[in-house]
Formats: sequence, structure tokens, C-alpha cells
Amino acid sequence: MDLLVEGVREAVRLLLAGDREVWSILVLSLQVSGSATLISLALGIPAGAALALSRFPGRGLVVSAVNSGMALPPVVVGLFVTILLWRSGPLGGFEILYTPAAIVIAQAVIASPIVVGITLAAVQSVPREFRLQLLALGASRAQMVWVVLREARLPMLAAVMAGFGGVISEIGASMMVGGNIKGQTRTLTTAMVLETGKGNFEVAIALSLLLLLLVFLVNWALTAIQQRHAR
Amino acid sequence: MPLRLLLALGLLLVASAPAAAESPVVILSTTTSTQDSGLLDVLVPMFEERTGLTVKTIAVGTGQALALAARGEADVTLAHAPALEKQYVADGRLLNRRLVMYNDFVVLGPGADPAGIRGARRAAEAFRRIATARARFVSRGDKSGTHTRELALWTAAGLTPASPWYIESGQGMGATLGIAADRRAYTLADRATYLAFTRRVALKILVEGDPRLLNIYSVMEVNPANGPRVNAAGGRRFAAFMLAPETQRLIGAFGVDTYGQALFVPIAGKTDEDFK
Repeated sequence: MDLLVEGVREAVRLLLAGDREVWSILVLSLQVSGSATLISLALGIPAGAALALSRFPGRGLVVSAVNSGMALPPVVVGLFVTILLWRSGPLGGFEILYTPAAIVIAQAVIASPIVVGITLAAVQSVPREFRLQLLALGASRAQMVWVVLREARLPMLAAVMAGFGGVISEIGASMMVGGNIKGQTRTLTTAMVLETGKGNFEVAIALSLLLLLLVFLVNWALTAIQQRHAR
Repeated sequence: MPLRLLLALGLLLVASAPAAAESPVVILSTTTSTQDSGLLDVLVPMFEERTGLTVKTIAVGTGQALALAARGEADVTLAHAPALEKQYVADGRLLNRRLVMYNDFVVLGPGADPAGIRGARRAAEAFRRIATARARFVSRGDKSGTHTRELALWTAAGLTPASPWYIESGQGMGATLGIAADRRAYTLADRATYLAFTRRVALKILVEGDPRLLNIYSVMEVNPANGPRVNAAGGRRFAAFMLAPETQRLIGAFGVDTYGQALFVPIAGKTDEDFK
């Protein structure tokens, strides 16, 4: 019990004292997971919309693959991205293993199926008749897709939350492709594992509280947008 | 429009994320114990400041640290599994193995000591008593330097440990200490990690001082032939830095402020023969 109290006290102290290392870890986590989420949105929204609005042989298989991808274990992604980025691997020439860019890539791979899957569901929830009506009213196909996406924007905010939530709290891939290097690739989750390993449980608790706070603030902002539009 | 905006924002963020340093990078593969002790947090920034090189420290189990180096995925390695290291050196994958420092392993257990190992002069004898009593023992089970040493001790005791009393955690030293404390079990740990955990873990040192418990760390350079893009020159500089007199002095003083005792003894220039 004392340990939890000490942990909370340590969290408050670290935040108020403006501990530079903790802040840089916090900023890096936000930057890396934010970038990965944005990339996954840029890739996932068009892919999800296309998948929702098209019919082709084998579509069921693709949709099942996407839905399975939503449960893609980060440690699997981490392993494969590491092997690809190794000096001896096919992408070794870029020399980006153990850099934030490598974590962004791995996290984008993790978040993309989540965004595709939720976009797919959101777009499909817009009634088919609505789409046909738009086309009948003379909208071009591109205009129709645009209007449908606008209609589905509220459920799609869930895609942003789920994607970001998935990667900011992920540890397996960050550890493997980032290497948890002090001042370079140490994120909130990898720092937590390290501090636990060192026996600094108060610091680990403090970092976990910071992570929870960060996730809450981001989701609070997104929810505010979502609910304002919902009214 | 928002889509294009998102894309632009994404690219902007990626571009602003700290990119790979332009300066040459040295990848050091090492064991979790050197990182968890905090020693590298002192030494690495010093090396970086002096040489202008950037060090990427990848702290994993010794088995993995050596394997990464042998694949050319690191430039220099700091490990503590002499038998395994010598194999890699004999294969020509790692070069120039030199001793850097040592500390020691200790056999830990619950204060009640159900197997009665307290006072055993030899670790192998203590292990034999644990096995005879079928008292719980938590092993790292992760091919780390500590695990390698533990297996060597079981071999020296002429035993093959088995479940249910033999538990493999598959985790780092810290987590393993936690499990051993929780299960009131015996375990083998390096002294530095044990000291870091004494506040939290109610395990006692029951056997220490056996020469077989010596924990020797060596630095090795990576053969550039192991893979493309090995930074051999950078690896050589880091190895030389670890052996430099001033670094060795710092190693000898490290831990005194925090634990009242040094965590490592510097031994640059000595050979394995000196510890037989």
C-alpha cells in the first residue's frame, strides 16, 4: 500500500519538478504514437472506405484478414520489422533500426488494420439506399464517397481513439525495434519495464500514471469533438 | 480536405521526430545487468562526449547480446558468459576478448532456509542440498549470463534439475527475484541486481565467495565480416574506452554512493588465468 502512495507522490513530483528526462520520454511517446496514428489514418481510411464500398471476389477473405489484423500482436510486428530493418535485412541500408522512425513504422503497422476495420464498419453502417440516392441525385462517385465519409465521421473518431490507444500502450514492438535507448528511443512503456527491472517501482508507478493521464487527455479531447458533433 | 491535411500533418510529424543521428553510430549489445545497475548511464555519455559518436545500447540477455553481435547487428559487445564468449571468439565471429570487470553471483533464498544451504562453502554443494530437499528454485531460463552460470553449477553438482520444484521464470533478474521472494524459493543472482532489490525482496544471501560464483564481464569487438555495415572502428574505440585507466577507476567507484559498496571490480589487463 505504501508503495502505491509513494508511486502517486513520485508521479506528482516528477510532473511538477519538470524532470527533463520524464518530459522528453512523454513527448517522444506522444510524437511517435501520434505520427503512427496519423499514418495509419492516411492509409486506413481510404482502404477501409474502398473495402466497404466495393464488391469483388475474395472480399470476405480480405475483410476477415483485416479483422484478424485488428488483433495483430505487437510483439509479432516487432519481430518482423526488426528482421526487415536489421543491417543484414532487406531494408538494412536505411539504418533506421533503434530510432524513433522504426517505432513509428512498427506502430503504424499495428494501428492500420484497426483503422481499416473500424472505417469499414462505420462506412457500412451508412445505409446503402443513402448512397444510391446520392448517385441518383447526380453526385459523382467521388462526391458520394466524400459525403458518406462525412456521415460516418463520428464512428470513425472511434478509429482514431482505438488506433492511438493501441499504439501508445504497446510495448513489444517499441522494445524490439526501438531498443529502449536512453534519450533516443525510450518511451513510457519501455521505461516502465526498465524501471521495474531495476527495482524502482515508485518510478514505474509514476510513469504508468503519466501514461494513463496522457491517454485520458487525448481521448477526452477526441470525445469532446465527437460529442459536440453528435448533438 | 481533412484527409489531405491529415496526410500533411503525418508527414510533418514524421519529419520532426528525431531522425537517426548523422554522426556515426556505435551499437553496443550488452546484458540487462549492466544497464539495470546504472553503470552504462554513467559511462556511455562520457564516451559520446569524448568521441562525438552516438552509442545505441541494446540491453538484452547475454545469449541474445552475443548472437546479435555474431550476426553483425552490433559493433561491440559487453557480456558475462565466458564459456559462450570463447566459443564465438574461437569461431572468429567476435574478436579481441578482454576482461573489463567482475562482480559475483550469490545464492539467495528465504531466511528459513528449508534446504539448509547456509554456510555451504561451494555453490555446487548448496545446489545439491536444494535438489535433495526438493526445495523450490527459480531459474531465469532465458539463456542469460546468469542462467548460463546456473546451468554450469547444476552440471558441477552432477544434477539435472526438474519441475515441479524447479521453476523457470523466463524473465530478467528483477522479475525473477520477485518470483523467488513470492514463492519463498532459492535463486542465483548477480550481486548488483540483488543490492538494487534488497528494499523490496525478502531474500537473504546464503552462499557467497565460491570462486565458481565469480561473474566476469568481457568486451569483444565484432568481426566486420559478420555482416554489412559493421562499424568496426567505432566498436574498437568503445572497447578501448572500457579498458582505459580513467574508465576503470570510475567502474571501481561506481555504486559506493548508493549502496555503500562498489558494484564492480575493474580488472583490465588481467586474463582468465588470473581467476582460475
